[in-house]
Amino acid sequence: MYDFAYHKPSSVADAVAARSGAEDGTYVAGGMTLVPTLKQRLAQPSDLVDLGGVGELKGISVSGNTVTIKAMTTHAAVANSSEVQAAIPALAALAGGIGDPQVRNRGTIGGSIANNDPAADYPAACLALGATIKTDKRELSADDFFTGLFETALEDGEMVVSISFPKPEKAAYQKFDNPASRYALVGVFAAKTGSGARVAVTGAGQDGVFRVPAMESALSTNWSAGAVDGIAVDAGTLNADIHASAEYRAHLITVMAKRAVSAAG
Amino acid sequence: MPEGGTGIGAAVKRVEDKRFLTGRGNYTDDINRPNQSHAYILRSPHAHAAINGIDTGAAKSAPGVLAVFTGEDMETGGLPCGWQVHSKDGSPMHEPPHPPLAKGKVRHVGDQVAVVIADTYAQAKDAAELIAVDYGPLPAVVGMNDALKGGSLVHDEIGTNLCYDWEIGDEAQIDEAFAKAHHVTEIDIVNNRLIPNAMEPRAAVGEYDRATDEYTLFTTSQNPHVIRLLMGAFVLSIPEHKLRVVAPDVGGGFGSKIYHYAEEAIVTWAAPRVGRPIKWTAERSESFISDAHGRDHISKAKMAMDSEGKFLALKVETKANMGAYLSTFAPCVPTYLYATLLAGVYTTPLIYCNVKAIFTNTVPVDAYRGAGRPEATYLLERLVAKCAHEMKMSQTDIRRANFIPADAFPYQTPVALQYDSGNYTATLNKAELAHDVAGFAARKAASMAKGKSRGIGYSTYVEACGIAPSAVVGSLGARAGLYESAEVRVHPTGSVTVFTGSHSHGQGHETTFAQLVSERLGLPMANIEISHGDTNKVQFGMGTYGSRSLAVGGEAIVKAMDKVVTKAKKIAAHILEASESDIEFKDGVFTVAGTDRSMAFGEVALAAYVPHNFPHDELEPGLDEKAFYDPLNFTFPGGCHICEVEVDPDTGVVSVERMTAVDDVGRVINPMIVEGQIHGGLAQGIGQALLEGCVYDADGQLVTGSYMDYCMPRADNFPNFSAGTEVTLCAHNSLGVKGCGEVGAIGSPPAVINAVVDALWDLGVHDMPMPATPQAVWKAIQAVAPAAAAE
Repeated sequence: MYDFAYHKPSSVADAVAARSGAEDGTYVAGGMTLVPTLKQRLAQPSDLVDLGGVGELKGISVSGNTVTIKAMTTHAAVANSSEVQAAIPALAALAGGIGDPQVRNRGTIGGSIANNDPAADYPAACLALGATIKTDKRELSADDFFTGLFETALEDGEMVVSISFPKPEKAAYQKFDNPASRYALVGVFAAKTGSGARVAVTGAGQDGVFRVPAMESALSTNWSAGAVDGIAVDAGTLNADIHASAEYRAHLITVMAKRAVSAAG
Repeated sequence: MPEGGTGIGAAVKRVEDKRFLTGRGNYTDDINRPNQSHAYILRSPHAHAAINGIDTGAAKSAPGVLAVFTGEDMETGGLPCGWQVHSKDGSPMHEPPHPPLAKGKVRHVGDQVAVVIADTYAQAKDAAELIAVDYGPLPAVVGMNDALKGGSLVHDEIGTNLCYDWEIGDEAQIDEAFAKAHHVTEIDIVNNRLIPNAMEPRAAVGEYDRATDEYTLFTTSQNPHVIRLLMGAFVLSIPEHKLRVVAPDVGGGFGSKIYHYAEEAIVTWAAPRVGRPIKWTAERSESFISDAHGRDHISKAKMAMDSEGKFLALKVETKANMGAYLSTFAPCVPTYLYATLLAGVYTTPLIYCNVKAIFTNTVPVDAYRGAGRPEATYLLERLVAKCAHEMKMSQTDIRRANFIPADAFPYQTPVALQYDSGNYTATLNKAELAHDVAGFAARKAASMAKGKSRGIGYSTYVEACGIAPSAVVGSLGARAGLYESAEVRVHPTGSVTVFTGSHSHGQGHETTFAQLVSERLGLPMANIEISHGDTNKVQFGMGTYGSRSLAVGGEAIVKAMDKVVTKAKKIAAHILEASESDIEFKDGVFTVAGTDRSMAFGEVALAAYVPHNFPHDELEPGLDEKAFYDPLNFTFPGGCHICEVEVDPDTGVVSVERMTAVDDVGRVINPMIVEGQIHGGLAQGIGQALLEGCVYDADGQLVTGSYMDYCMPRADNFPNFSAGTEVTLCAHNSLGVKGCGEVGAIGSPPAVINAVVDALWDLGVHDMPMPATPQAVWKAIQAVAPAAAAE
């Protein structure tokens, strides 16, 4: 990796200040994407602002029907949280299925959604559950937050502080692994919420995570696997690589959606 | 005295594991020499390009840089090829030069272009970014069929991309047999290219001593003496007595660390030029584009049969990818290690095989666990499975009808080899029982009830290993002998150091070989040390590959121990004042037959080194014996693998539900180590069948250049394996051993794919390429039943 200046602030305010003072700085949360990128010399930031020392960015709380997870909470912490397991078991299960134990003990929810890898798991949960993303400046709905491949609505220097998930009536996430990387080749998060069904797909879209309105309206009137049977996403909007053609991904989205609805009960 | 507890047949825990598992192994990258510098190799980003010029000026003046060298600076020999194959017209294969640093042209992504040597690795890597290479990109030759069509040439000077056009058998005679056949079954087979991925990346440390004019190379090698010979004699012109090669602990090889690689020559050559030791360690991404790849065959095969399904003749045409240069043993893999195995376990009387070896703008291809024999086994066992379908015979009936009978050994095949022993019916019977084949129908019905398809696949195979008799390999074009050497040094107080020319890179030699000594000399394991991997310690060695360590290296140790016992008996006879012929040796004690006069092994050892009253003209002091062992024949392990898979037709996911291997590896010295070897081989074989596939794009860029895209097998890809043995002894070595390192990888791929095809047969899928990834399976289902698959 190339040289960079390293900062380890202990508060959000100090982190934002360090970041804004840098020429071409970047935050590092768990570093599960950034550190390998740096090691491969694919990125050359002037400054790295490590959020690992910011205590106010860690923790999980449940209040009424809302689960709030602070940005620097690790996947393992979410997966093992009895509160999350009780409130939104599908979210705890999703966190427990990210990467491997090393990744789950380093990687964070804030880092994951800020990076918005098109094959990451959390964006599907945020979108399907209608999460609210709180930054150091404002609050954004998940629908507004994820804007494209590795793209979010975050402005330069803006930091994710926490994510609030409304508790759904039912929800489940079904992931079809890329056999090599085990990222989601296709991941479908289906949720039955008070305001109707929401279905979000990760791993497959040319523009990253997306919702499937046809499935949502079918499920809103009939929450059953059969309701999405035969509803296919247009392959023309999907990624293709050596592991899966767009047509195969389109097929898998329907299969995983059915399985997610079945798993949600 | 050990009571069978540490001798032959005992499941002794591996003595080397404590240091490996506690992080105390000594690997090449752990070695740090005083004042060491670091090398970074600049590699070609192009599959094929002219080098019009290289400007190293800025790099040379970068911080910490000691030197930058290119191909123009390195006036050395090229990397040699160790095996010569002749085309069917008698002409020798094309053997283009292979400079350690490219000269004038790069021929694959990853080809070495320049080396930067600096105080630190980071400085060397930083400086390499300042090297300006003026490339003139050329059209890349990627596919073998395209390579033969002409157009772009990988090596302009040879005027063709065809390395050799080799054959075995009588084509006219074969064609006659096909004309008379009751039925002919044909198959097209692709054996997918694999990237070895040893856990430890390759590394090398080169050092030069000005005082003595001696060079030392520490390297990740399976055969340090061979590297000393190849690099010293052919590349750098350093005589053996001035060149020490050390291969310390090595973390996996699978064939990929047999060969002499450019980086070894570069750091050794450059060490005196910078006046400091130089270390190079591959990054994982470099391993993908610089370690020799494996397999990569395209074949057409057909079997002629009579009305009873008896095999009459086999004809095979194979194209084998050599990559951009000839790696050390590449030419022998698709010929003498492949076509000679096409008889398999069957009595097929006539076999013809034509092999075209082809240059392409890809990483060189060479032996990888099994080397030629997996390719032969896969082709034959896929073909046999298809024969059974077309002849409407069961998978086992057609095999039983064609097996070489147990009483037919030694059995001369039509393709040069003479099998010494085996019992293929017994291994099949045992495997069927172990697998519970009888319960398959019920398990299939249970799968169907869940909406899954279940299939069972067989592979009955034989391989040739213990590579091998020097006279035979010499006649086949090997440029080296393939014996092994050993020295058994008994120390004054009775402990023993064995120096072996075999090299352990995970196989557990320090345990298995020590068990041979424990058994023969009656010593506890703690008194035995196995030393390997250092040309200054071990007299000579041909190294470890082709499952040869025990059958060849182990026999050399036995032979040296025989000499030790003979000498020790002389000493005992002298001290016990008896005739040498009256001395018996058993359980570590020398006894005068029929008396109670005896000496322990340690007492004889001490006497050997404290020879106060030896008759000088009859008895030399010391107890230290050497041996070279050259076997009479290859060994022929074989066996039966049965695989049972469940396929999810909705997603194409194949799940291996049962994997049974019954292998005849000859006498088993350590059953736990044998089982471990078979498990590892099965993991690689199933990996090839379901997960691993090297993909280049049309421009010769490696698409599967990291673990993000190259799918390595992981433990959760497998069920618990059922691994057993059915022993027939090797007829021509004293231990009766055959070798176990490769059987798992050789036997399993066709069993897996035959199982997948069986599972999908009723859906109309009758062929399946490797790797049978979810996408490949889904596409195959969709191709035969698009309406069903779309639902």
